[in-house]
Amino acid sequence: MVKAEVKNLNFSYGEKQVLKNVSMPIYDNKITALIGPSGCGKTTLLRCFNRMHDLYKGAKYDGQILLHPDEVNILARDIDPMEVRMRIGMVFQKPNPFPKSIYENVVYGLKVRGIKRRSFLQERCEQSLQAAGLWGEVKDRLNSGAQMLSGGQQQRLCIARALAVEPELLLLDEPTSALDPISTSHIEDLIVDLKKTVTIVIVTHNLHQAARVSDRTAFMYLGDLIEFDETSKMFTTPSDKRTENYITGRFG
Amino acid sequence: MARPKLAEFTSANHPVRRIRRIKELLIEAVLFAAAASSVFVTLGIVYILVSESLPFFAHVSFTEFLTEREWTPLFAEPKYGILPLLCGTFLTTVIALLLAIPLGTIIATYLSEYANARAREILKPILELLAAVPTVVYGYFALLFVTPLLQKIMPNLPGFNVLAAGLVIGVMIIPYVSSLTEDAMRAVPGYLREASYAVGASRMQTAFRVVIPAAFSGISSAYILGISRALGETMVVAIAAGMQPNLTLNPTEPAATITAFIVQVSLGDLPHGSVGYQSIYVAGLTLLILTLTFNVIGFALRKRFREVY
Repeated sequence: MVKAEVKNLNFSYGEKQVLKNVSMPIYDNKITALIGPSGCGKTTLLRCFNRMHDLYKGAKYDGQILLHPDEVNILARDIDPMEVRMRIGMVFQKPNPFPKSIYENVVYGLKVRGIKRRSFLQERCEQSLQAAGLWGEVKDRLNSGAQMLSGGQQQRLCIARALAVEPELLLLDEPTSALDPISTSHIEDLIVDLKKTVTIVIVTHNLHQAARVSDRTAFMYLGDLIEFDETSKMFTTPSDKRTENYITGRFG
Repeated sequence: MARPKLAEFTSANHPVRRIRRIKELLIEAVLFAAAASSVFVTLGIVYILVSESLPFFAHVSFTEFLTEREWTPLFAEPKYGILPLLCGTFLTTVIALLLAIPLGTIIATYLSEYANARAREILKPILELLAAVPTVVYGYFALLFVTPLLQKIMPNLPGFNVLAAGLVIGVMIIPYVSSLTEDAMRAVPGYLREASYAVGASRMQTAFRVVIPAAFSGISSAYILGISRALGETMVVAIAAGMQPNLTLNPTEPAATITAFIVQVSLGDLPHGSVGYQSIYVAGLTLLILTLTFNVIGFALRKRFREVY
């Protein structure tokens, strides 16, 4: 089952073309990893999925990203990026909780959708924190500031914030690059666990992480999608020389 | 010629290093003197105000000063109740803030969250021009333009009134409020905005639920500066509000503020040392305490709402 389909996507920032004719499927309830050296366009591709580039001037999309089952092209000009972001969640490289309480952070997405019923918000807050594996650590201090949490906890809070609105697709932009190894393995376990309920696309610099958590991997280089395959195959018998050089550590 | 060795320069007694040490000491002394001068000026002002006010309270009891409902230091039978002046000051300030805080915040939100670079480049200098207009011009603007305009809606409005003065002070302080508020909002890091947009929030929701709360410490400074400016404003009220101490909360009446009274009296020919003369200092001291209180509140607010992000 395909959740989303990237079709002939070209993307440029001003004069500079960052993505060149990228096409790939995103499978339902699977984890798709985007890997490649710095500047290859993997984060740019990820940020196309929730139209994050629309916040800045000079972004130009050409091509399609079809979101199934309704096959809507989320890059179409007449599609409101806000509507896209309602369906597709994102977790960033650096934990970015709001300077608000833990509870307010989790229910923020629900509140901006106009949901006010307290019992519902509280219930959803607990569910999301459970799903993010943070409930046990914070259940007694939901009203204290999110800034009091450690980096790893903050990142799990950001995951809970994204999950609270039940996204169809969850984008993770190097979610562990700012974390220590223990927090990282915590989050990796969590990510694998989450794919039961949500389709995940993850950008990572860490090849071991891609190999550990993902089902499919896309290798990108200088804006081109070089290879897309099952992760196990990609890491054992890559078909392109450049992929092989990258995953064996010869460049990047 | 043998080149000097680095070790010679790096020895602590080398003349270059001695001169450098002396220069450092000198610079530090100059910088300290510059910082200290402002403190001395403030202390000097406080000293003058307090020392001239003390004899006043030998003639007028503190209770009379605070509870008497009339302020007529220049009459044959003078009365010294600060309440009418406080009332006038309070009223003009509240009217000014009712205009300047909402408008200033909205302008700042537009400039920081909505406007593109071009619109900001055009709008900001125009807005800051408002702060460059001399206050005496604002005074006559209130008297000769705003009051007649208001009289079209309220035919019974007297020529001198608090409402027009307050509104014009409000316009005057908008750039202070909006400019500092905008600075505070733009200092909120982009990743917090991205976090908000990423869960589907609109620009308005992002501005009001994330950016403004996160910037609240800086915004409270902007408001406090606005309050201090409004409390201390002199020319506009002296020209347009009527200079009549009046214990009222009705903005359509004429009234005098503390500052207006001070100009009025200091322009006259009161004998030095008379109670009337000392009353200027008492009024000044009251104003100082008022603005100081607001600054302290502002400081506390800033600390209380300082966000770590």
